[in-house]
Amino acid sequence: MEESKNFTVSVYTENNIGILNRLSAIFLKRHINIESMTVSKSEIENVHRFTFVVIVPETLIRKVVGQLEKQIEVLGSFYHTEDEIIYHETALFKISSEHLYNEEIQNKMKFRRAHIIAITDRWFVIEASGYREDINRMYEKLKPFGLLQFVRSGRIAISKPKMAISELLAEIN
Amino acid sequence: METLKKDIQVKNTETTVRITGAEAVVKCLLAEEANLAYGYPGGAIMPVYDEIYKYRGQFHHVLTRHEQGATHAAQGFARVTGKPGIVFATSGPGATNLVTGIADAQIDSTPLVCITGQVGSHLLGSDAFQETDIIGISTPVTKWNYQITKASEIPEIIAKAFYIAKSGRPGPVLIDITKDAQFEEFDFSYKKCEKIRSYKAIPKLNLEKLKEAAELINSAKKPFIVWGQGVILGGAEQEFKNFIEKTDIPSASTGLGLSALETKHPLNVGMVGMHGNYAPNVLTNSCDVLIAIGMRFDDRVTGNLATYAKQAKVIHFEIDPAEVDKNVKTDVAVIADVKESLTKIMQYVNNGEHKDWMKEFHKLYEIEHKTVIHDQLNPTKEGLTMGEVLGGINKETNGDAIIVSDVGQHQMFAWRYATFNKTRSNVTSGGLGTMGFGLPAAIGAKMGAPEREVVAIIGDGGYQMTCNELGTILQTKAAVKIVVLNNNYLGMVRQWQELFFDKRYASTEMISPNFVKLAEAYDIEAVKVSKREDLDGAIKTMMASKDAYFLEVVIEQEDNVFPMIPTGASVSDIRLS
Repeated sequence: MEESKNFTVSVYTENNIGILNRLSAIFLKRHINIESMTVSKSEIENVHRFTFVVIVPETLIRKVVGQLEKQIEVLGSFYHTEDEIIYHETALFKISSEHLYNEEIQNKMKFRRAHIIAITDRWFVIEASGYREDINRMYEKLKPFGLLQFVRSGRIAISKPKMAISELLAEIN
Repeated sequence: METLKKDIQVKNTETTVRITGAEAVVKCLLAEEANLAYGYPGGAIMPVYDEIYKYRGQFHHVLTRHEQGATHAAQGFARVTGKPGIVFATSGPGATNLVTGIADAQIDSTPLVCITGQVGSHLLGSDAFQETDIIGISTPVTKWNYQITKASEIPEIIAKAFYIAKSGRPGPVLIDITKDAQFEEFDFSYKKCEKIRSYKAIPKLNLEKLKEAAELINSAKKPFIVWGQGVILGGAEQEFKNFIEKTDIPSASTGLGLSALETKHPLNVGMVGMHGNYAPNVLTNSCDVLIAIGMRFDDRVTGNLATYAKQAKVIHFEIDPAEVDKNVKTDVAVIADVKESLTKIMQYVNNGEHKDWMKEFHKLYEIEHKTVIHDQLNPTKEGLTMGEVLGGINKETNGDAIIVSDVGQHQMFAWRYATFNKTRSNVTSGGLGTMGFGLPAAIGAKMGAPEREVVAIIGDGGYQMTCNELGTILQTKAAVKIVVLNNNYLGMVRQWQELFFDKRYASTEMISPNFVKLAEAYDIEAVKVSKREDLDGAIKTMMASKDAYFLEVVIEQEDNVFPMIPTGASVSDIRLS
């Protein structure tokens, strides 16, 4: 059996209703769990970008990307391994203000990409960004203080190799 | 049917007229030269039906007896004409009843434009009467779908729908139109769609790949071609024939590829796959270069992939990049329109000669003929066989008829034994295997090719799934010849139960009504044959009839389809008994 790996799939699409359904249906029919997903605008006007993270063998992700790409409103679809991308996730932690001056929390905040982004007399919010493992570590450390709320974003990623979407568009037009 | 022949006046219109969305739907279809639709009216599509009524001189609507029948009829029409089949249905159950036919069209690359009515846009998402999320439901089984909520979107979206359904690898599209958009007035003008920036219908041929393929073909000692429906969809039948004749390569068809090359062509070595012919299956594992043309290595074709053509270099001519390396790893992929590839490759391939290699096919054919085919066509047992019925039909039609099959044993017999002289003559449900496909598809096929004989070969099981469409025949007088091969079993499942489940015939025995009386109730002349001496005469009478005709043939109950590649076995381990 071929080994499963983390793959980041970037899909450039038109900005139409229903595309998410069409893309997720392709993962669904192959019984692939989507670990994380982010949708945003892209570097090209009116073109949206979906970023999926999945854990599958490479031969499978190659087929999936082909099937994503053939959807009418998909402009291009690419997959990358972890070392081919620069990536991040962001998390927000809401904690009771009684812990605000806790030294331990202050120490945790020394983690390079964490800072307090809101404070009230009842609660404060820490934002942290980085790799999934960094955020998981932060989560474990803050958990004992009682997390009033926790949320983590999907992965956003920029590929080191070129994704030739603009060229593709130029070729079609 | 006369309306079909009328010249269509509405072409690309630059001038605008103020009309309703519903009228625009009909005008758009006419502009696309689609003047025949199959469907079933209901609340949410009534404004469109009102326009169909007003345009009844120019636009023809066939009322099927169920929306599923409408999709299959449209598929039959599309398969014989190459034009998209048009389907109308209302919201809710009307729309969900389309799903089987749409899924069938998707997997068999059949162009359909399905238009469903939807509840008013102010009601969307509120669980209104007959509201269903048909966009969500149909997404995985359509090439494209879209919900229209404003009349002004109608021309552009329908133009896109036709372009997407027909171009590249064809497929079904669904347009869902809210009722308020049908009533709304707007300034109508129509322009056909010629490109969509996110969709590349036909990939650009890479000449280097084509040359690489030609070199491999030129150096091959035992080349073998498997062609599929892509040859038909690409309109490349002649180019395909030129190519195989120049290179002298034995060629076998997939189930859906049948009729692209005439059955009796000397290079046609039969059909591959689970119930295909012995020689092409066995020799798949002996060839040195396997050339796949417009086919997608379906599991019913390949058997166990781990032992499929491992010795061979594989060349894949294919229009859909997602099919390349999906199931079988290729050595050279020529991703382009098959007509273009097969035209351009002619200058790079040498005149071939593969007599000794061809002899191997002939030798294995003799084995299959002796152990299987001869007995099917000339049985000595008392019970009638499905093979001899097909043999009898061949004698009467000389291979000129369109053969429509349903799904099951009879279908395999139709594929194996029917003779085809002309392309687009094998209308069948291949990828999805939809029982109930046959009768409505035959109606659509007859309307698409009214000058040709259409013979539907159907089992007693599949027939009862859609025999309500006899009503459509009654109303339209579509002169289809219906042959029900009745073994009082769901035969294919029974065969598997016999072979792999120790003859435990779980729910496969079938008690059926009096089929002759049923057909007669619909004013269709009907005959039942259970003796061999009556068979040829009955087929002759059926084919001589100018009207629809029903023939039931009582078949030996334990008549099995062989050869057979059991699930998980290799193509070369095909069983003859």
